[in-house]
Amino acid sequence: MEIERLPESDELLINMGPQHPSTHGVLRILLRTDGELVTGAKPDIGYLHRSLEKIAERVTYAQFMPFTDRLDYLAAANCNCAYAWAVEKLAGIEVPERAEYIRVIVCELNRIASHLIAFGAFTADMGAFTPFLYGIRERERINDLFEMICGNRLTYNYARIGGVSHDLPDGFLDELKDFLDYFEPKIDEYNQLISYNKIFVHRLANVAVVSKEDAIAYGLVGPNLRGSGVKWDLRKDEPYSVYDRFEFDVPVGFGEKGTVGDAFDRYMVRIREMKESVKILRQAIEQIPDGPVMAKVPRVFKPGPGEVYFRAENPRGELGFYIVSKGGTSPYRLKIRTGSFTALTIFDKVARGHLIADIIALIGSFDIVLPEIDR
Amino acid sequence: MKKNLLQAPEGTVMLSTVDKFINWSRRSSLWYLLFATACCGIELMQTGASRYDLDRFGAVFRATPRQSDLMIVAGTITHKMAERVKRLYDQMPEPKYVIAMGSCANTGGPFYKDSYCVVKGVDLIIPVDVYVPGCPPRPEALIDGIIQLQKIIDSKKNFGEKA
Amino acid sequence: MTAREIYEVLREKFGEEVVTEFQEENVDPPAVVVATEKVAEVLTFLRDDPRTLFDSLMCLSGVDYEDRMEVVYHLHSMTHLHKVTVKVRTDRENPKVPTVEKVYPVASFHEREAYDLLGIVFEGHSDLRRILLPEDWPGHPLRKDYVYPDSYHGIKV
Repeated sequence: MEIERLPESDELLINMGPQHPSTHGVLRILLRTDGELVTGAKPDIGYLHRSLEKIAERVTYAQFMPFTDRLDYLAAANCNCAYAWAVEKLAGIEVPERAEYIRVIVCELNRIASHLIAFGAFTADMGAFTPFLYGIRERERINDLFEMICGNRLTYNYARIGGVSHDLPDGFLDELKDFLDYFEPKIDEYNQLISYNKIFVHRLANVAVVSKEDAIAYGLVGPNLRGSGVKWDLRKDEPYSVYDRFEFDVPVGFGEKGTVGDAFDRYMVRIREMKESVKILRQAIEQIPDGPVMAKVPRVFKPGPGEVYFRAENPRGELGFYIVSKGGTSPYRLKIRTGSFTALTIFDKVARGHLIADIIALIGSFDIVLPEIDR
Repeated sequence: MKKNLLQAPEGTVMLSTVDKFINWSRRSSLWYLLFATACCGIELMQTGASRYDLDRFGAVFRATPRQSDLMIVAGTITHKMAERVKRLYDQMPEPKYVIAMGSCANTGGPFYKDSYCVVKGVDLIIPVDVYVPGCPPRPEALIDGIIQLQKIIDSKKNFGEKA
Repeated sequence: MTAREIYEVLREKFGEEVVTEFQEENVDPPAVVVATEKVAEVLTFLRDDPRTLFDSLMCLSGVDYEDRMEVVYHLHSMTHLHKVTVKVRTDRENPKVPTVEKVYPVASFHEREAYDLLGIVFEGHSDLRRILLPEDWPGHPLRKDYVYPDSYHGIKV
């Protein structure tokens, strides 16, 4: 079923993807169109299904850590830490305080890096290429910071079950402070550059509106859920790690330029979240205690039988790990619940009645990342 | 380029072999297909953006295979995707080149052993000119890969029996 | 409400035949095992009853336990901020579970995934096709006895 003309109507089935510059990877969408109007959109996924869940059953708990990097490469540190927290909850391991602070620092830093790509790629999709270069410029500095910590720019493999692999290098916190001082004014620069640009606003306001009720029923999470006006952030409402020690706001969409829950609201939530992450980072730098960064975890790590569902707030929303253990060295079953996967459930419903050009705004405003969908 | 050319005293005539001229024009405008599947795609994006600026090498991205000379296979290729990669390659006009970027495109990478649906190297589907190792490769490594490819192009003979 | 209270509410409403078991030890959030054919009704009740109001389905997973299949629903209430796990069991050779996509629309893709990777048939699902793997892929890979194929369309696996 590639491209097909339906005999008795003017409807046309169009393939969008898997190779398309605006699908953020190998997403394929079957669009049913009537002229410019989209009357149906079925996502076809799995072009990047790398069978992470099967791999988890065949490697040990610690060996699975590098695979979580590749689960969501834009937020590798968040995935690392979320997996570590899930396994620690399963095995009942206490993590040293310094390690938790380091995790919060890398998570928030990675959140900014991820939102920068979301911002850059989204604006590039909308036809403005310059903001993309601006976003990457700041992201490169974050990559440098990560390189300082763990030697890699994208896939960090930094968290360990029971802590982090090693302490922060000397001078890192000063570098981080410098970066924050440099970065914070840049967010306002983005807003001046593009956010309130008339053409940009027109492309996004009142487009792809998701109501509050739909957002909850269809399992939208993270910035997508908050964009619909639901004040829900796991860092605030279900605090894990040391997130309860920081003061920050949860930005939500309020129909700034159009309707609550439109593409513009989702976009602005991400921009505002970067500011909140800067706030958290500044507090973490102040509060971080000295001490060990690794708990005592046996070399052959075998959590007892049991099962746990743990979720953490990723840049793309709730990342859940459902781990079933039968007491072996590897998980008996590991299911990964990701925000991008559930975001596609509502895709068909939202896309109907939009123009083809708006589909690009819809995909970009959901900020999906494909390996997270296909796993 | 310089050393291969004779320059007339007035500076208006340049001499070269046709082969060298063709190779020079080909290697200086390696338009690559904007095609990324996984993690390496982000490094590819960053290589093309502000700091590393791939445009310096005449390499700019095109959204369609019909306008591209180079396919940088950035990321994991699964069996479901394999057929599409082949088709994209077929749609590119000759002469065309392929860089396999990252471990997944080279061999299957971390998914070699335990995954049931990852193709163990993109060279099982399409011919590859340059392999760039790394998971993901740094932008410098990718740039090196492009320079290597330019060397390969430079050494090509377009006319005569061996062409 | 604690999970035990939710279990008692369910037991009172549906009786012993439907709500069979409560798992608390080493299970987080605690789980209620219900009769397979009643799962849609139980989830509808949990969603709508003012005491429980489980408005979001966090996760839906299929698990192959070698002697049986289980489908696990993780529920969460944004109003009452409580959680519970609901489990159903089904035969491994011929796994069949009623769909809950009418109750929680988000379940639609999760169920397709469980069908794709484990072969669990969700009866009444509107579009039960493979989602991650190609249509002609042999077998269901997350089953414990899955044997990797040698080749697919002429390419070595």
